[in-house]
Amino acid sequence: MTAQEDLAETDDRADSKGLVEEIEVHGHIVDSLILPKILDRILQMGGSFEIRKCEIGARRVDPSHARIAVRARDSELLDAILGDLVEHGATRVDSEDAKTVAADIAGAFPDNFYSTTNQQTQVRIAGRWIDVDDQEMDCGIAIDPKKRRAWCVAMADVPLGLPIVVGHAGVRVIPTERSRDGDVFGFMGSAVSSEKPKAVSVRAVAESIRSTRSAGKKVLLVGGPAIIHTGSAGHVAALVRAGFIQKLFAGNALATHDIEQALMGTSLGVSISKGEPIEHGHQHHLRAINTIRRLGGIRAAVDKGVLTSGIMYECIKADVEFVLAGSIRDDGPLPEVIVDTLRAQSLMRAAIKDVGLAIMVATALHSIATGNLLPAKVKVVCVDINPATVTKLLDRGSFQTVGLVTDAEPFLRGLAAELVGESKA
Amino acid sequence: MTNNPRILMCSPDYYGIEYEINPWMNTRVNADPARSLTQWRALVRILEDLGATIERLEPVPRLPDLVFTANAGIVYHNLFLSSRFRFEVRQGETPCFDRRFVELGFLVETLPEGMFFEGAGDALFCGETLFAGYRFRSDALSQQWIGERLGVETLPLELVDPRYYHLDTCFCPLSSDQAIYYPGAFDDYGRSVLAARVDRLIEVHADEAVSFSCNAVVVGRTVILNDVSPRLKRDLEANGYAVRATPLSEFIKAGGSAKCLTFRIDGEDAASWKREPIRRLPPRPSDPRKIDLHSPPES
Repeated sequence: MTAQEDLAETDDRADSKGLVEEIEVHGHIVDSLILPKILDRILQMGGSFEIRKCEIGARRVDPSHARIAVRARDSELLDAILGDLVEHGATRVDSEDAKTVAADIAGAFPDNFYSTTNQQTQVRIAGRWIDVDDQEMDCGIAIDPKKRRAWCVAMADVPLGLPIVVGHAGVRVIPTERSRDGDVFGFMGSAVSSEKPKAVSVRAVAESIRSTRSAGKKVLLVGGPAIIHTGSAGHVAALVRAGFIQKLFAGNALATHDIEQALMGTSLGVSISKGEPIEHGHQHHLRAINTIRRLGGIRAAVDKGVLTSGIMYECIKADVEFVLAGSIRDDGPLPEVIVDTLRAQSLMRAAIKDVGLAIMVATALHSIATGNLLPAKVKVVCVDINPATVTKLLDRGSFQTVGLVTDAEPFLRGLAAELVGESKA
Repeated sequence: MTNNPRILMCSPDYYGIEYEINPWMNTRVNADPARSLTQWRALVRILEDLGATIERLEPVPRLPDLVFTANAGIVYHNLFLSSRFRFEVRQGETPCFDRRFVELGFLVETLPEGMFFEGAGDALFCGETLFAGYRFRSDALSQQWIGERLGVETLPLELVDPRYYHLDTCFCPLSSDQAIYYPGAFDDYGRSVLAARVDRLIEVHADEAVSFSCNAVVVGRTVILNDVSPRLKRDLEANGYAVRATPLSEFIKAGGSAKCLTFRIDGEDAASWKREPIRRLPPRPSDPRKIDLHSPPES
C-alpha cells in the first residue's frame, strides 16, 4: 500500500534551462534521510530538481519510491551530479533518443511528424533530455543535434532538409505546474461563468500584472474594437502610459476606432461622451483611416502632431510593440496593418517570446490566434461578454486560460483603477 | 534467546597482510602468525566461556581475510544472503562461505550481479530495523535491495571516514534498542537517523574508535572487544553489560577486530526477528538498475 502525492519542485520551470536526466530512488528513503540527502546534494552541487513522482510507503516496512528530474546547466555538471547520486542508491531512468527525419519538402513536415502541444516539451538527443524552445501548439519539433538544440517550428516555416522529430519516442511533455499561490489562476481555475465576483477577479488580474512585471516578463493585451465602442480606450491608454502593457495585438478595427475617437470623438459614429449616433458618423472611421493613410501611417500621424491621444498614440509614445493583423473585411486598412496572414503570425510569434501574461479582451479571432502561439506556461486572462469566446479558446487547447464573463468597460475601468489609481479616464 | 549462540569462525592459519584494501593495511607491516593464532584462540575461549558454540570454517590458502567471517553475508531466519565483495582479492571467499552455509542448513541466495554487499560487516539489525553502511564497500542500492528482499525496514547510512569502511567498525547494536557508535564515522544525516531510531546510543570517542571499540561481539549481556577505555567500560556497565577485553592487535593490522572475526549464525541478540516466528518472505525483487521506466510522466 502506498500513498501517492505530487510534490513541488525547486525551481521555476518556466525560467530553467539546461540538461535534464531522470533518476529513481527506491527503498526506505524517507526515514533513512536518503531522499532529503539526494535533494540536498543536487542543490549543493549547483543543480536543481523536480520531483516527478513520489510514493511514500504506508507502513514502516513498505519501501517508498521517488522519480526525480535532475537539471544542470551543462553536460559536465549533470554527469557529476548523477555520478554522486548513484552512490546514494539512485538509478537512472532509461530512455531512447528522439527519431528525426529530414524534411523532404519545404513548407511541410515529414509523415508521422510529432505534433506539438503548448505544454513544455523535452526531447532526448544523444542520451540527454533537453527543453524544446519556442513551445507552441500544432507545430513540429526541429533538432540541431550538433548544438543539442530543439525548437518548435511551424509547418510553413520548414526549410528543405531540416531534421524533424517523428513518432513519440524520445519526446515527453512536462505537465504545467499547478499554481501554488493564491492568485487568480489558483482560485478561479478555468471555469467560465458570469457568476463570479468581478471586483475580486479584477484585483487578482491586477496582481498578476504586477507580479509578471516584477518577474521581468511582459504583459500582452489582445484587444477587439469593443474596447473603443464601450468607452474603454482611456483606461487602456492609461495602463499603457503607466507601463503596465508592453505589447498589443489587435486588428484594423481597434486601431481604426481608437483613432476615430481620438480625431472625432466617436467610435463607429457613436459619440463616446454622449452615447448617441452623430450625423454622418458612419463615415468617421473611413475618414480616420483616410487621414492616417494620407499621412503615411499611425507613427507618422503621431510624429506630425495629428494623432495626440488614444491607445495607439500611447503605444507609439511608450514604444509598445504592436502587431495589427488584417482580415478580409477590413476597411482601408491602416498602413501598419499586416495583410499577409503568415507574416502577421510570424511577427506575433516573435513578439510573444518574453510575454508572461496575456490579457485578451473582446475579440475571439485575435484571442484564438494568440492562444495558438502561446506556450501553456504563459497565463491567459480572457475577458468577453460572450462566454463562448472563452470556451472556444479553451476548446482549442489554451487550457491555461482564466475566463471573465463581463463587459470590457467595467473590467478595464476596474483594472485601471487598481493599477493606475484612477476611477475614470 | 541467548541460550545457544552459534558463531562461525575461521582459524587464522593463512591470515596475513597480503594486499592493501583499507587504510589499516600495510603489506610491510605483516601480522605475526603465532601471535595471531594466540589472540584468535583467546577470543574463541571467551566466547565458549559465555556458552557459545563455535562452528568452524576451513581456512584456505591465499584467502587471508577468510578469518573475517562477519563479511560472509547476512542471515535472516533460514535465509543466508551471500556477500558480493567489492575487491577481487576477497571475492574468492564467497564460494567457501556459501558451501558452509549450505552445510549449516541455510537457503543460500546471492544479490544481483554488479551489486556490492559485504554482509554483517555492513548490515546490522537493531530491533526490527536493518542499519546498513554504504560507500566504501557495500553500495546503497544493494542495501535497499536487501531491505526489499527481506521485507524489513533498511536504513542505509553513509560512511564518511575511510578508516571506518564497514558499519561494524563504527556501530554496534547491543540490544533491540541500544547501540554503541562512533559519530565521526557518519555524516549529519546518518547521525540524525541513528539518534531518531535507536533509543539509547552510547557514544564512542575518537581514540576508542581507533582501537576498534565498536567492533565488538555481543553475547547476551557481555560485550567482547579488543580494548576498552575506563570511560566506555563504565558506560557499558552502567547499562548493565559486562565487558571482556582481549587483545586483537594482529587483526587490527588488517582493519578488523572481534566482531569481524565472528559470524552470529543464529542472528545477533539485537535482532528482533530471531524472537519472532519465521514468516513468508516477499518475492525476490528485480534488479532496480534494469527497470526501464519509460512510461511518460503523468499529466
